[in-house]
Amino acid sequence: MVQELEKVVVKFAGDSGDGMQLTGSQFTNTSALMGNDLSTFPDFPAEIRAPAGTYAGVSGFQVQIGNTEINTPGDEVDVLVAMNPAALKVNLHSLKKGGIIIADSDGFDPKNLNKINLSSNPIEDDTLSEYKLIKAPITSLTKKSIEGLGLDTKSQARCKNMFSLGVMYWLFNRNIDSTVAFIDQKFKKDLQLGDANKKALFAGYHFGETIEATPSYTVKPAKIAAGKYRQITGNTALAWGLLAASEKTAKHLFFGSYPITPASDILHELSKYKYWDVKTFQAEDEIAAICSAIGASYAGDIGVTCTAGPGLSLKAEAMGLAIMTELPLVIIDVQRGGPSTGLPTKTEQADLLQALYGRHAESPLIVIAPNTASNCFDFAYMAVKLSIEHMTPVIILSDAYLANGSEPWKIPSVNNLPAIQIPIAKFDAENKYFPYERNVEKLSRYWAVPGTKGLEHRIGGLEKEDKTGSVSYDPVNHEKMIHIRAEKVARVAQYIPEQTVIGKEKSELLVVGWGGTYGALLTAVKELQLENESISLAHFNYLNPLPKNTAEVLGNFKKILVCELNTGQFAHYLRASFPQFKYEQYNKIQGLPFGVRELKEQIKKYLIK
Amino acid sequence: MMAEAETINIKAPVKLTKKDFTSDQVVRWCPGCGDYAILAAMQTALPMLDIPRENHVFVSGIGCAARFPYYMETYGFHTLHGRAPSIATGVKLANPHLTVWEMTGDGDSLSIGGNHFIHTLRRNIDINIILFNNEIYGLTKGQYSPTSKKGLVTKSTPYGSVETPFSPGELVIGALGSFFARTIDTNPKHMADTFIKSVGHKGTSVVEILQNCVIFNDGTHDLITSKDTKDDYQLLLEHGKPMIFGKEKNKGIKLNGLKLEVVKLGENGITEKDLLVHDAYEADPTLHSMLARMQAPAFPVAIGVIRAVKQPTYNDLVFEQIENSKQKQKFKTVNDLLNSGETWIVE
Repeated sequence: MVQELEKVVVKFAGDSGDGMQLTGSQFTNTSALMGNDLSTFPDFPAEIRAPAGTYAGVSGFQVQIGNTEINTPGDEVDVLVAMNPAALKVNLHSLKKGGIIIADSDGFDPKNLNKINLSSNPIEDDTLSEYKLIKAPITSLTKKSIEGLGLDTKSQARCKNMFSLGVMYWLFNRNIDSTVAFIDQKFKKDLQLGDANKKALFAGYHFGETIEATPSYTVKPAKIAAGKYRQITGNTALAWGLLAASEKTAKHLFFGSYPITPASDILHELSKYKYWDVKTFQAEDEIAAICSAIGASYAGDIGVTCTAGPGLSLKAEAMGLAIMTELPLVIIDVQRGGPSTGLPTKTEQADLLQALYGRHAESPLIVIAPNTASNCFDFAYMAVKLSIEHMTPVIILSDAYLANGSEPWKIPSVNNLPAIQIPIAKFDAENKYFPYERNVEKLSRYWAVPGTKGLEHRIGGLEKEDKTGSVSYDPVNHEKMIHIRAEKVARVAQYIPEQTVIGKEKSELLVVGWGGTYGALLTAVKELQLENESISLAHFNYLNPLPKNTAEVLGNFKKILVCELNTGQFAHYLRASFPQFKYEQYNKIQGLPFGVRELKEQIKKYLIK
Repeated sequence: MMAEAETINIKAPVKLTKKDFTSDQVVRWCPGCGDYAILAAMQTALPMLDIPRENHVFVSGIGCAARFPYYMETYGFHTLHGRAPSIATGVKLANPHLTVWEMTGDGDSLSIGGNHFIHTLRRNIDINIILFNNEIYGLTKGQYSPTSKKGLVTKSTPYGSVETPFSPGELVIGALGSFFARTIDTNPKHMADTFIKSVGHKGTSVVEILQNCVIFNDGTHDLITSKDTKDDYQLLLEHGKPMIFGKEKNKGIKLNGLKLEVVKLGENGITEKDLLVHDAYEADPTLHSMLARMQAPAFPVAIGVIRAVKQPTYNDLVFEQIENSKQKQKFKTVNDLLNSGETWIVE
């Protein structure tokens, strides 16, 4: 019997060495290929291989798939795969009452129970009586299924993730082909291991079929816009957006970076495209990373650097130089939990004020924030465009949730991306080049690239005389230049889209968000709209400058509720920018994304008439 | 051995003159500062090179030396304290055809910028670092620096510095530097000649200039530079020549076990044959490091190109990888990339 579901949330949880991320992404890929809409949430520890069987070592991968629009990885899990007691305990609170647990009974041995101080085995006592428990001796069955292949015990045990994936493929009637193809590709140099993985996968599938402990389910394809799709994570999308900008401008991309979680994948990705003249420079530290990018920008490349919160702090001084010398520069901050090392693999939105203000002196720059994994592509592209056209640094605020999460993406064409105008300075014998002569509309200066005959000039961190760019300590000139630099960034508002509202433009309650919380806020607001609530959502991508109609948008609602994964930084910013309005706040700062149910409960408090 | 020598095309009478390299900015160093001589030497040297003016980029950090780019009629970028090597790296990787100079001081390079300095050397990116060593922080008005002599009384060390100074040459060689030369602000010709040699070297070149700060550390190099003593405290190194020095040209450097020794020619049967012959191109850094470390008054201070070893440059390797990867390009356009891998059609 096959039951049809509208949507389902699945979580794979085990030790960080158990291969749960791979298992989860295979389940995701297969579901994507089968036409489901989906959203993923990989949740892993900072430690690479924390002690096996402990809470610290639990690695999880959650995915929601649906035949309808899916914007979040889901609040509550319908099916949990738990490879050991720690993985079960860590995730049980998010499992729906009546939900299914597939437990590797071999992993629930005295040794593992002991590691988390359990005196009684939860899969043997009545701890899980409210759930549907499927006890499967995954480890031993895996070993049995591949025993003839002559693999050592360690390699045998490594195949158990494929067994559990097989069980899930049966449970959700998934097509097994794409994973088989994946295994063939991955192990093309070790056919024996590839064979073992495939055998374990099929063994798991047949195990599900044989025991028929529950009915099996299916999730039909979603009705989404026609076109060609692929999956994408936020980090990959950022990297590809930069590549698109490089191709479109015919300018080389220079990417100076220092490894830091959760941003390093952008460096890994870009380092593959040397054949497109992409220069990735792994610097000795965060400071050298941004400075090399500034040097490259000065010499005519697209200079980009990338980091997470602590690294952004280290780069602050250099951002001041880029602001002073008015050079294009893109700085990506993939936000994580902080301060200090904080929660390096978890998500948070607490670098907003640092991005807006975290520099010495008067140093405004453009700050933008993508709101989905896939539109990281568009905002990376946009960051390059704004940075070059306005000759100013741009900060992109992504976060760990967008960085690692994936979703289906309707593949765009680079041909349709807006053109990027490069304000390159050209030698003109009649008119001397002055480094701080400006475009009258944008106030951007012109980019004179070393190697260009006749444009030799000096720039630097010292205050510059208006127009000529000579060093100037003149008090009035300094004040004038401060205002020009600020006005240049403020005028960007004329070149970015106006703020849109999802729902009625004038109503009772406006929920306000920015960046990576979009999926949860959108889902919560849409569900409330279906419940006939007078509610709309304004989700911001452009944070500095704010869209020029922001005050107008905010003014159309009786109440404004700003929801953020920090203690209220955007609310604080809006209060300072538009003090005429009153702002309510809902904040969470647990290293986790918003849940839809939690948001609805909080939002409803402001809908009571 | 000579085949290893670095060469640079010095084209006789060029179109450019010293004046072409002089900017319209008023030079603001203190009267009597050694920096004036360095600037003049640079403006003298550049017209002798077969490099168009627009291809020179002077990058600097912070400090007295770092004002240098403003006075050169070339491309110039006055950046952040200690960060010039990183900026220069970006410039060189954006356009490897540029001749990139980094003008720096002992505080800028060896203190706040120490990390960038050593890693730049380790990579051997082709830039020329001109290190003005006055053994003091000048622009911040007189604090001890990482090269100040132990015991130096400064504003921040009224009881004398208790720190042991770096020897820049030793640090350069320790950080796998491929080129190290030392020159003196009182010898314009030698300076200009050394600058030209540093351009000729492909890789990170460091030229240490013993420079006098008239205000905060006047006379720190006197023993090495003053007329009366310089011959006895300077060892002018030339590749392939024996290490002879002294007013009477009667002193030399000999290797005694694992140590250098000052010997007198004619004494104890010492002849020129007993002396070390300078080999700047020797890959093994041991002797170069010992020569760089020699300090007055126990030893003469080595002047000239101490080390010039051919090693692959970072920029060459980077662009080689780029070119090689074009032979086996996986995707033609970004659109190809976006459409690669697992995709599916929704009708």
